[in-house]
Amino acid sequence: MNIFDRLMSIDRRWVFLFLALVCVVIYASDISVKITVTDEVRKIYNFTDNLKPGDVIFVAIDYDPNSLAELHPMTYSIVEHAWRKNLKIIFTSLSQNGPGMADLAIRQISDSLAVPQEYNGVQYPARTIVNGEDYVFLGYKPYPALVIVGMGQNFRIPFPTDYYGTPLDEHPMMRGIQNYDQVKCVIDISGTSGVDMWIAYGQTRYNFPLALGLTGVMAADYYPYLNSGQVFGIMGGMLGAAQYELLADNPGRAYDAMRVQLFAHMVIILFIVMGNVGFLMTRKRSKL
Amino acid sequence: MKRQLPLSLVFIFGVFMIIQYFVPHESSEWIFEFLLDWIYIIGIFALALGIWSLIRVSWDKIKYRKDNWQYSLVTLLGLFAMIVFGFDYLRNFQTAEGLQNFMFVHFFDYIMIPIQATMFSLLAFFIASAAYRAFRARSILASLLLIAALIVMLRFNPYFGPISPYLEKTASWLLNVPNLAAKRAIVIGVGLGIVATALKVILGIERAYLGKD
Amino acid sequence: MMHKLLIVMCLLFIAGAGYVSAEEIPDSLKPALPSDITIYPDSGGNVAVIYWFPSADDGAGKNIVTGYALYRSPSPKGSFEVIDTVPPGPNRYIDFLPIDTTVVDSGAPFSPAPVTEVTLADKDNDHGHAVIVKWKTSADDIAGSPSNRVLAYNVFRAESQSGPYLMRGQSASGDTQYDDVGSKEREARDYMPDYTDYYYIIRTKTIEYHPGHKDYFYIVRSITDNPDNYRETSPLQFDGTIYTDSQVYGPVQCFGQWFNSGLIPVLIFVICFTAITVFMIFRARRGAELFVRRLAGIEAVDEAIGRATEMGKPILYVLGLGTAAEIATIASFTILGRVAKKVAEYQTGLIVPCYDPIVMTVAQETVKASYMDAGRPDSYDENMVYFVTQSQFAYVAAVNGVMLRELPATNIYMGKFFAESLILAETGALAGSIQIAGTDEIAQIPFFVVACDYTLIGEELYAASAYLGREPVLLGSLKAQDYAKAAVMIIAIVGFITINLNWDWFVNLFRVAN
Repeated sequence: MNIFDRLMSIDRRWVFLFLALVCVVIYASDISVKITVTDEVRKIYNFTDNLKPGDVIFVAIDYDPNSLAELHPMTYSIVEHAWRKNLKIIFTSLSQNGPGMADLAIRQISDSLAVPQEYNGVQYPARTIVNGEDYVFLGYKPYPALVIVGMGQNFRIPFPTDYYGTPLDEHPMMRGIQNYDQVKCVIDISGTSGVDMWIAYGQTRYNFPLALGLTGVMAADYYPYLNSGQVFGIMGGMLGAAQYELLADNPGRAYDAMRVQLFAHMVIILFIVMGNVGFLMTRKRSKL
Repeated sequence: MKRQLPLSLVFIFGVFMIIQYFVPHESSEWIFEFLLDWIYIIGIFALALGIWSLIRVSWDKIKYRKDNWQYSLVTLLGLFAMIVFGFDYLRNFQTAEGLQNFMFVHFFDYIMIPIQATMFSLLAFFIASAAYRAFRARSILASLLLIAALIVMLRFNPYFGPISPYLEKTASWLLNVPNLAAKRAIVIGVGLGIVATALKVILGIERAYLGKD
Repeated sequence: MMHKLLIVMCLLFIAGAGYVSAEEIPDSLKPALPSDITIYPDSGGNVAVIYWFPSADDGAGKNIVTGYALYRSPSPKGSFEVIDTVPPGPNRYIDFLPIDTTVVDSGAPFSPAPVTEVTLADKDNDHGHAVIVKWKTSADDIAGSPSNRVLAYNVFRAESQSGPYLMRGQSASGDTQYDDVGSKEREARDYMPDYTDYYYIIRTKTIEYHPGHKDYFYIVRSITDNPDNYRETSPLQFDGTIYTDSQVYGPVQCFGQWFNSGLIPVLIFVICFTAITVFMIFRARRGAELFVRRLAGIEAVDEAIGRATEMGKPILYVLGLGTAAEIATIASFTILGRVAKKVAEYQTGLIVPCYDPIVMTVAQETVKASYMDAGRPDSYDENMVYFVTQSQFAYVAAVNGVMLRELPATNIYMGKFFAESLILAETGALAGSIQIAGTDEIAQIPFFVVACDYTLIGEELYAASAYLGREPVLLGSLKAQDYAKAAVMIIAIVGFITINLNWDWFVNLFRVAN
């Protein structure tokens, strides 16, 4: 077996090992990368940034722990941005393990808001996030299509009480909030097919502004909806999360992970090139 | 009768749901919501059936010491442990405190989350090995695929100096024009297929889900 | 001495415990807040009208609310003074505000012109319980200008001309419409019955104050027999700016429609497509030859089953992560039926791990029926088709485990797949199985194409049932799909041309409103 044959048939375990090594080394290093912000992420940021204090937005946390790495930073940066601007948030979760993710996010973000911070040159004082006044967490119900349609009539139909058992009417921020008509936008952060439900059963029926936060693999699929206007912004994968963090002047895990992703791509390209060199040279040899 | 009844039900409710979509009146909405409630009920019963199936299959393997019966033991232990901790009914049934049961939260935070994140992270390695195996310039079309994949992967790479902006623009064009065109075509085809299959099911032409003919 | 000290310490301890127990009333024992609290000015801004619905514990629930206490302060962080205590029940309280009469009028205060040309109409294409209120903006409203003194428009509604009028909502300056949407639930706070006369007043609000007037903040507290047991709202703002009310407009009634005219293009499409389908089915039944192109993936199924039989290894069939209501899963049941029949005939093993319990029950019926059709009911084992879990990656881990332990000769993936598709396909490749996949999830098709031997793309999965059985009825519906696709292509091309010629009327024919 000559070198070109070997290049063409590297055992996949060497590929895995080399990739893992590169990821660990880059993560441990200090390299930083430049990130360009795309229009579709900027639109979500601008929309949230232009809302007035007291406006209500709806955030659907529809992902499981397996998409934590890509989607949790998105949730974190959007929710922190919204709370800094004194917006009120209605959370829900239409995936089974989503309530755990949402609960974790709310706790962590509330803690981070307890210290004063400066973002984009503006000083934000410390604040305490209060359940019922700054947010309401509706919880989880199965069969997302039914829940989305039900919420279009009234949030209280699928969720008469919130996740913690309190009737929705007892929350001050739910006064006058019946359905999607009273929220400024819906942001669905999802790693599942629940996105299709939000578009088909939610946005198409009730015509609210919808933005999506998706895993990298799914994001490309939903650009037709962006072009048709059904969705006004998309954050795709770790890159989308990093772009939002950059716009919010709040670099976090996504921004940090982008350099690992960049070098991982370069490793994959290296192996593809090696495989093709081996393939082309072997084919040339066999023609001779 | 065994087949006529489900076929009739599918036809009646299928046609009703089609008509309901066009009728915004309150009475039509009321029936729609009533039917939606039934789906929850059916789903819960089906879940019970599913759990019974899992328990039966696992118990069968443990009882007869079939190959790898230990995995089935772990399955059952995990299932019952989470149920017991999740209910926590002796202390705080159906309250927020019940959801914060120490063991339940810790099992979720320190077992479920890392395991699921690990499984998802396998994708990174599998993509590397699949790309290495599949992206070979075997023909003109395969070469086009290879070049397009390389351009899209390199689009946000800042280390390519002056050609980086061109890579980004080309990648954007590839994603927003030919890629989107192909996707839209598939979406239209899939959409028509969905309508046709749904019509076949409602009209009783497609009957595989009923079992024996 | 020690004795006395001990008694004093015990008394202090009891007092402390009593003090602690008096302070700490658990949240679950406190009364609920009143809901839907609205505060607005009346009588030229001299009074504040505070309106609310009773607390959930007022005459219901814990039934401990004995009334409501009202507090007022000129600032949200200032000292709040009690102004009154009212009995339980729905309440509309009028608070006469302390106006500072020492402030001298420097000139004629600005009073904005009222809105005019108000029109009221039932909201179209809905289930009722909604009225659209339109108006011509105030003559003093220069929306977008920094010198605009009109702040907003408040919309008030009553069920009789003389009132009482309650505030329904607010629109910003420059706006000319407000959609007054109520609830259809009788028990809801916001219930807005159909076929009832409604009257409206539109209030134009400014950013200025009459001399001596200002904003106030109110707290409403639900009180009980125990003075320490109460719950109060956070400070609610009363806007004391100058306003002008329009005349009373109405009556108007709201009602639901029986047909949503905004969906006419969809209705036309459904009728046309159904007609084409029925026509093609009739044609097929009469013996017309209908061409369907070759589907390599489906033709490979037989070959793959043969390979599994020769190797003595089972076949793994994965129905995907969809529910039984998904069309892809329904199509997969058909293919499963055919595969199970062949498997029964060849006496090969079959493993069908399921993600959804309902899918599992349907799959069990399908496989059982196939075994009976093949004349081998005794070979059917209920444990072939089993439920795994409804967690995506836990399911994948289980299926991967099956692949690596059982080493199936053939893996068939038909249905809805998501991020786990590559993990399944790569593990199957590792196990050395032949792999045939079919999904309508566009994002996963590239992964299956790369890692599997045969792939059915998009609608090929739906066509599989017609292709396998070659029944005229199924082939007819497949041809109808093809004709519909051709029609869509022609309409898209015509639409493209007309849009470029600025002929919007063609594209507007297909516009769908909610």
